[in-house]
Amino acid sequence: MIDRSVIGKSWPVKAIVPEEGALRFFAKATGETNPIYSDLKAARSAGYPHLPVPPTYLFSLEMLAPSDSFWLDDLGLPLEKILHAEQSFEYRNMVYAGEKLTIETRISDAYEKKGGLLEFYVREMTIRNSNGTECAILKTTLVVRHG
Amino acid sequence: MAENVKQLAVGDRLPPHLIGPITRTTLALFAGASGDHNPIHLDIDFAKKSGLDDVFAHGMLSMAYLAQLITRWVPQSQIRSWEARFTSITPVGAIVECSGHVTEIFEADGEKRARLEITSSVQGGAVTLAGFAEVAIK
Repeated sequence: MIDRSVIGKSWPVKAIVPEEGALRFFAKATGETNPIYSDLKAARSAGYPHLPVPPTYLFSLEMLAPSDSFWLDDLGLPLEKILHAEQSFEYRNMVYAGEKLTIETRISDAYEKKGGLLEFYVREMTIRNSNGTECAILKTTLVVRHG
Repeated sequence: MAENVKQLAVGDRLPPHLIGPITRTTLALFAGASGDHNPIHLDIDFAKKSGLDDVFAHGMLSMAYLAQLITRWVPQSQIRSWEARFTSITPVGAIVECSGHVTEIFEADGEKRARLEITSSVQGGAVTLAGFAEVAIK
């Protein structure tokens, strides 16, 4: 049986500043050709204050932020049995290179299917800027495959 | 692009977005850039130990490509929400094909919005991600 007491588990708030160079690296790695994501001049002439943090890079922030813990280890979930099942993003405000961001993470759901052969964990992350304004809410559903 | 969006109708297709082929270098770069260092995408020995024949692409790489499908159609600031289910893995060597179409046009929070159905797939093969997006139309 899945341990549903993990629902509500949260982690210390993480802080990260998405850096211009890191965003340029992400643009290269994803084959992004739109210059607003890698060229500050292009971003500014398109009306942005800095390089925009691209839609899915918000998911990376949690993994790139310095931390002593790894949430899958904290939940005791074996990496080799895990698959990313679903991912959602809800945007409230755009985020740009150089902004001080915080990430709040908690487990919002845990359930099983197929008599426990599949365990699902839903992690919710809230990303805020330095004013405390909510910028994005991300939900990650992972599946652990047993047997 | 903006003009097309203004006159948009249910059933309209987004210009398809093709990327690839995905190489091992693509996966190494994406691991570094995204912070996802899971060896299942990088280390063939680890993949074999996990019962697979080879490494496979990060699901979030295809989701980044899907984001590009949308941001080539409307500016990023107009994406309100979106989600995708990871339905199958993307092998090394795959060309990823992203496509989408408008399923609904509606008003919400005082603005006109479009609901999109979006998918990524291995060219000539299986759907890898399937999802929805809600974007503002300006």
